[in-house]
Amino acid sequence: MEFIYISLAVALVLLVLHFVMLKLSLNKEVRILVIIASLVGFTYWGIEPYAHHIMHPEVAEADFTFKDLKNVDTSLAGNAENGKVLVEANCIACHSIESAGFPQMMPNADAAASYGVVPPDLSSAGRIYDKNYLANFIFDPVSAMHLQHKYTPESGKSFPMPSYNWMSAQEIMDIVAYFESIAPKVAEGSEAHKQSFDAACGRCHSMAYAGSEALTPAETIKNYMGATPPDLSQYIKSRGHHYLNNFINDPQVLLHGTSMPRVGLTEKAQEEVIAYMEEVGDRKKAERETLGLWVMLYTLIFAILAYLWKRKIWSEVH
Amino acid sequence: MAEFKKADSMLEWFDQRLGVVNFAKVMMTEYWIPKNINFLWAMGVLLTVLFTFLVVSGIFLLMYYKPDVNMAFDSVNYTIMQEVAYGWLFRHIHAVGASVVFLVIYIHMFTGIYYGSYKKGREMIWVSGMLLFVLFSAEGFSGYMLPWGQMSYWAAYVITELFGGIPFIGNELVVWIRGNFYVSDSTLTRFFMLHVLLLPLLIIGAIVFHFYALRFPHVNNEEGEFFDFDEEAEKYKAGDKKGSKVVAFWPVFLSKDFFVLGFFMLFFFYLTFFHYGFAMDAINFDKADGLKTPAHIYPEWYFLWSYEVLRGFFFDIAGISGKSLGLIAFGIANVIFFLLPWLDRSPMVKPANQRPYFKYWFWLMMADLVVLTVFGKLPPTGINAWIGFASSMTFLILFASLPFITKAEAKKAGGK
Repeated sequence: MEFIYISLAVALVLLVLHFVMLKLSLNKEVRILVIIASLVGFTYWGIEPYAHHIMHPEVAEADFTFKDLKNVDTSLAGNAENGKVLVEANCIACHSIESAGFPQMMPNADAAASYGVVPPDLSSAGRIYDKNYLANFIFDPVSAMHLQHKYTPESGKSFPMPSYNWMSAQEIMDIVAYFESIAPKVAEGSEAHKQSFDAACGRCHSMAYAGSEALTPAETIKNYMGATPPDLSQYIKSRGHHYLNNFINDPQVLLHGTSMPRVGLTEKAQEEVIAYMEEVGDRKKAERETLGLWVMLYTLIFAILAYLWKRKIWSEVH
Repeated sequence: MAEFKKADSMLEWFDQRLGVVNFAKVMMTEYWIPKNINFLWAMGVLLTVLFTFLVVSGIFLLMYYKPDVNMAFDSVNYTIMQEVAYGWLFRHIHAVGASVVFLVIYIHMFTGIYYGSYKKGREMIWVSGMLLFVLFSAEGFSGYMLPWGQMSYWAAYVITELFGGIPFIGNELVVWIRGNFYVSDSTLTRFFMLHVLLLPLLIIGAIVFHFYALRFPHVNNEEGEFFDFDEEAEKYKAGDKKGSKVVAFWPVFLSKDFFVLGFFMLFFFYLTFFHYGFAMDAINFDKADGLKTPAHIYPEWYFLWSYEVLRGFFFDIAGISGKSLGLIAFGIANVIFFLLPWLDRSPMVKPANQRPYFKYWFWLMMADLVVLTVFGKLPPTGINAWIGFASSMTFLILFASLPFITKAEAKKAGGK
């Protein structure tokens, strides 16, 4: 219906334009140009922005506060000292924390075989994950990841990390404070982009065009996820910024039922991840945009010279 | 062998052997074009230039492209787009050029229809032009398959599947076209051959023929006026350039074309560098996967109107399946424009707006094609399906009624 209204509105505008053009007794060539531009412009609008909007309806804005997660009172100030003790007692049996001197216990393939997927190194957890998300993840990983549909009691599957819902909110916030205190300060720019991508995505996803392979071996991850997570080399082009921004924030919104978890990245970390995907997937962007301006400038000069030449030549025949 | 006297200049040397002086006259300085024209008459030169861009960028792409289902995607998206110096530029020019060439073809074609440049001696120009349209369509379709993305694969699947609807030989024909039971490596390699060899050869031949076909009936003009070209040419050569109704192809006609070309290329390069998404569909940056059907399959924009005619018949009529009806309508849509010179029974060669009945036909047809194009992309559900049906029927009815409309017009004009 919307389409019909808009078409009628456009037809009306064209009609008015037609009479205005007649009234102004515009040059015939200008009138032809206006008619062609209107027809082409309208068709373009129909097959690009309009069709896109029909095929990909808008979804809720990305929520970087993860306000649906309310199990832990995140207003409590955490104690990193105590957090360190808790982490050493509860986490490092499975997780490495390279930045705090806890190395990986076994090679990736063995870790993947034991847990289904390589457990993440927690060095940068305090930097890339949202505080509220991280606290609620420790409390109950499955609900934080929005994977309740995958780990139902009937499925017989259980997420490799247990819930720490027996901990007090204060203890959980102590752990969060500890992670924040040990997260390495990374440089800005492409180095930070790559680091965020590796930490957030690299355990499951390969990036062939950057020469990196998922840490979890392909067969293991396929078994764990139900399908092989795609290589992300061209995702900046096949999905685009807007989609990725919504999708990474909460995959269920755009791909209901997917086994990809919500990873809980902060807005900044997610921007870094997408920036990295662009650096790998659209490596020539800067070159393209600079060269584009020069080529257009050159063409403009050509067009002006051609116009002047045409005027000179046609003055002899008119 | 004829006696050759020693040449005094390089020009003379070549002239003795190749007749270049006469050739330049015939092709350029004494090739006469009507003076009463507007910028729509520059589309032919625009198309020639765009085709040259496509050939040159295509040659560069051909140096790195690998026609193999396991390598094609990465050879395009990694090797060409990221490794080869300016490979991305050639790919963008090629992809955007292929799309824009159709925009200009359509403008060229509807200019011809609007000004009645397809009849009264100009039938062969029209037919050869339509032949070029069909060849370019095949070239566009085969080229779209080469990057081996999701849309490459599924468009190839859907379009080759269509041939299965042809009675008796359909199923065998599909296998023969694909070279396999499904779209596979053999399909890719044969379409690669078509795209880089057979079709370009035919296109070049058809372009030459199209240019040649212009020679005798001459180019039409803004008022559809018939005049004696030789007489006007004599006037021009005698120095009465202002009084003559013709101008020389070089430099007069081309100077105007270059001016139009300049501003057109500005638009073209803007698209190439900054706004190429319409010509390089996002979905095609996912590698082809025969097990994963995309949610929406649609052809490139220039096939949407005929695709919609195909989809428009979504229910059975009089015991004939919707699929067969769609296929018949699609077949008609693809050949009917060839017959335009014979469907238009009015002898009037004038701009459509000066023709009492044809003008309605023309603008209705334009509106219908726009609607078909837009709905060819939208999902065919709910009211969209019915709009598709109505606009497909309108398309067929418009063509069926053309002989009667133009006959009536001829009568009216004759009675005056």
